Amino acid sequence: MNWKRAFYTTAAIGAPFIALLAFGMTRDPRSIPSPLPGRPAPVFDRAVFAPGADSLLRLTVGDTVRLAAHRGQVVVVNFWASWCLACRDEHLDLSQVASQFAGKGVKFYGLLYNDQEENGTRWIADMGGQAYPALSDPGARTAIDYGLYGVPETFVIDQRGVVAHKYIGPVRADSMSRLLDSLLTATPTPADTPVRRALPTPGATP
Amino acid sequence: MRTTIAGLRGAALVAVGGLCLALTLGAYRVSHAQAAGSAASAAAALDTGATSWTAPQGIVVPALGVDTLLDKRAAAVSSRLRCPVCQGESIQDSPAELSSQMRTLVREQLVAGRTDAQIYEYFVQKYGQWILLEPKAEGINLLVYWLPVFFLVAGAAGIWIVVKKWTRPQLSSQHNAEIVNDSLTE
Repeated sequence: MNWKRAFYTTAAIGAPFIALLAFGMTRDPRSIPSPLPGRPAPVFDRAVFAPGADSLLRLTVGDTVRLAAHRGQVVVVNFWASWCLACRDEHLDLSQVASQFAGKGVKFYGLLYNDQEENGTRWIADMGGQAYPALSDPGARTAIDYGLYGVPETFVIDQRGVVAHKYIGPVRADSMSRLLDSLLTATPTPADTPVRRALPTPGATP
Repeated sequence: MRTTIAGLRGAALVAVGGLCLALTLGAYRVSHAQAAGSAASAAAALDTGATSWTAPQGIVVPALGVDTLLDKRAAAVSSRLRCPVCQGESIQDSPAELSSQMRTLVREQLVAGRTDAQIYEYFVQKYGQWILLEPKAEGINLLVYWLPVFFLVAGAAGIWIVVKKWTRPQLSSQHNAEIVNDSLTE
């Protein structure tokens, strides 16, 4: 047997596959890459079922929250459910950051995902309250609009109405604070250019 | 001379391997460029709000079994969409609540007059191409379509070469001895 030849053959056939498999190992098969960051946030009109404890964020039960009316403001949309264990981990962090940034014009909303409003209200009471209002999402329409595949997921929408960041899993206060600070200090681009220029169309003239 | 030929063969094999790797990486880069391009054009085309689906006023979605044509179309579309909370299942086959809600959305959009392509595009905008059980034949996805063909051809060629080698008439040892003797006597 010509060992040299066998080595070259194996290397030539094997190397691309090993490279491909190595690339595959860098990816989490359970994560679904979201196309939303950098693109306009899907708008929603959703009713409030829990008012929120912070005086600056509080709304009346039954009010409708319209995302389209929040242009010029940073909005945080958190999808949660009373049956979600990981939502317990982030609850205190989110409430703290919401209160901390309420005076700076940042709005926080919790959208209930595939759950009963009564369960959501009871859960908020059990957790010692929630700084920001909770909204219902019948039929998970807004959840699907946001490409949700589990809870908790949190979307941060900038002043132009563009999704700036998506958190998958529990949010930590320090990470969220840093992001909100950077969004508030960044100079907002004019409203007529709502999409980042980081996504150029191939062949398009600049 | 034999060493040179073996070296050339080795080099050729390494070149083929390198080409495969380059194609793989090239396809990956192309797919990323396309994704970025399509995201930019889609984002430019869609005003805020256009990415949300709201059922038109007064729309009535028939219950299952009432409109068999609609049921068939909805089932066909739903069969090609991946359930986000399952493992390798379509929303048509999945009993998950989210899948049921997505099926309702598909029916609603069909009744509203949207085409199959528009419905797929809606879900792709939300979940990316991951949501399609059958990936689009573009970019790195082309590997899925062409690699099996490549291996089929390469495998057939390999078998042909091996079989040809096996069936090549072998020189008898007596004949070999004659050749050696002839060369020695020369």
